[in-house]
Amino acid sequence: MTFLSDKALQRLRALTEAPDLSGTRYRLLERVARGGMGVVYAAQDVKLARRVALKILDHPDHSGDLSGRLIREARVLARLEHPGIVPVHDVGTLTDERVFYTMKFVEGLSLDDYAKRMESLPDRLRLFLQICDAVAFAHARGVLHRDLKPANIMVGSFGEVLVMDWGLAKVLSDAGRDHAQNRNAIVSQAIDGEFSASDNREDVAHVATNHGTVMGTPGYMSPEQAGGNVEALDARSDIFSLGAILKFLAEAPVENSVTKSSWMNKPLAAISAKAMAAHREDRYQNVSDFSAEVSNYLDGRPIKAYRESFLERSGRFYRRHNIAILLIAVYLLVRAILILFFRR
Amino acid sequence: MAEYLAVKNETQIQGDGRFPATRWSVIEAARAGDVSERARAMDALCAAYWKPVYKYARLRWKRTPEDAQDLTQGFFTELLDRDLLAKFDPAKSKLRTYLRVCIDSFVSNEDKAAHRQKRGGNATHVALDFAAAENEFAATAIDPAEVPSPESLEEYFEKEWIRSLFSLAVEDLRNLCRQRDRDRTFRLFEEYDLNGDAEISYEKLASDYGIPVTDVTNALAWARREFRGIALERLEQICGSDEEFQREAHALFGLNPR
Repeated sequence: MTFLSDKALQRLRALTEAPDLSGTRYRLLERVARGGMGVVYAAQDVKLARRVALKILDHPDHSGDLSGRLIREARVLARLEHPGIVPVHDVGTLTDERVFYTMKFVEGLSLDDYAKRMESLPDRLRLFLQICDAVAFAHARGVLHRDLKPANIMVGSFGEVLVMDWGLAKVLSDAGRDHAQNRNAIVSQAIDGEFSASDNREDVAHVATNHGTVMGTPGYMSPEQAGGNVEALDARSDIFSLGAILKFLAEAPVENSVTKSSWMNKPLAAISAKAMAAHREDRYQNVSDFSAEVSNYLDGRPIKAYRESFLERSGRFYRRHNIAILLIAVYLLVRAILILFFRR
Repeated sequence: MAEYLAVKNETQIQGDGRFPATRWSVIEAARAGDVSERARAMDALCAAYWKPVYKYARLRWKRTPEDAQDLTQGFFTELLDRDLLAKFDPAKSKLRTYLRVCIDSFVSNEDKAAHRQKRGGNATHVALDFAAAENEFAATAIDPAEVPSPESLEEYFEKEWIRSLFSLAVEDLRNLCRQRDRDRTFRLFEEYDLNGDAEISYEKLASDYGIPVTDVTNALAWARREFRGIALERLEQICGSDEEFQREAHALFGLNPR
């Protein structure tokens, strides 16, 4: 009988674990990540000669539910054509009947790691606003992410921000979608008919988890989601997660820096706390309100979540108009000097 | 009792070259009244575990090769005599862990009673290649002179169990390839998957065999699929419960089998 050395054993396990991509247009390159439901590999699209990310199921699937979920995840992604959402390329089935889909291979860092390299709060907040844009777009299309966290945000090599891993995404029912829809700018992007009512019911039935099932990430998951109250989830659950991301961005220290440990201040803390309120009625009611508040903070304008003292208001006014104030001060000073000079 | 140990050829396969089609686990078979099913399940268990048991006796209990041989045979006899598999509770541990504890207990009791030689001598001899097992043991990385920790003993037993399972599956695959006139497929599998080094590539194999690269890709994909199927069938036979099988399959291949 053949003796298998340790090296042969290791190699055999690695090769037999790898999915068999024969019969597809893809060639396996390497394993990139293992998630809750599947594994992501880097693969080469032989026809288009480009690198793609290939996600494949690795869980038991007696009923076909998980395969169905993976396909629906791909379909949800296909509906969300936005620069801030990873684009899906293809869906298929391997020879061993496992379902897979391919998407853009994003070369970059997860927000977890990228934030450590960002040395300026305005840069971090501008990046956060890009995340909000993508999530607002998804909400306008009636889709909740339900697992927003730094690990699921990728920042590409050119600074592009991509929201990843829509495996827990939920397509809202009409009632829930009303909440997600914005009363202002986002209305123009609202559901455009490609979501037929029957499609919607099917997705709600299958993508949504059963009542009592908890899916998400502690720390980034809203209380109603942590409580398994799946029916109650709406856009405000994602807003809770965005609030936690904002808090993370304000507090994540810069790598190898001893000077700045946190940018968190009272206004930012108030914005984050409002987004993460225990009762969703107390949160921002849609992502655009939330991002407008962050934009206002960034531009030195007043924010609704925090009542400033006179001194704080004056300080903010000075920071916002410091050049004009300095010019006026210099002008007044010069004028005063001139008056004094000519009086003599 | 002795008939259960009659593994005439450790690489023997049946029918189409695949492991018997029964889905009974060794525990279900041990509790069943069907003698032939029990015999078949015990054959599967013995084939997968005798080498790990032998090597474990050499390493953990520092037995001479001769003593380890007797202990190995005596252990499987004991397993049947005392109906130990029927006492296994899948909710409490993995079958592999249970068997390892049984070995420890068996060796300890044998030392006290000092009647191992008598019972081992009376047992029907199983055609097991102890010389090969000893050579493999000598080639393992752990120095038997050192006292291994309980964790490393557990790891060692597990690794030897995987080695044994995969070796059997490789032999099954070899026989399957022979039966289906796919000898070249097995040679490719052997060269790339078993002996492959940094220099080997699909292109090099295609050039060596004078075939297109796609033929190499397809042959290796087929061989791996069959290998995985064979190994999973063998694994299912020697697991204590379906949950254990699912967990072991996931640990071995990174995916669940169904």
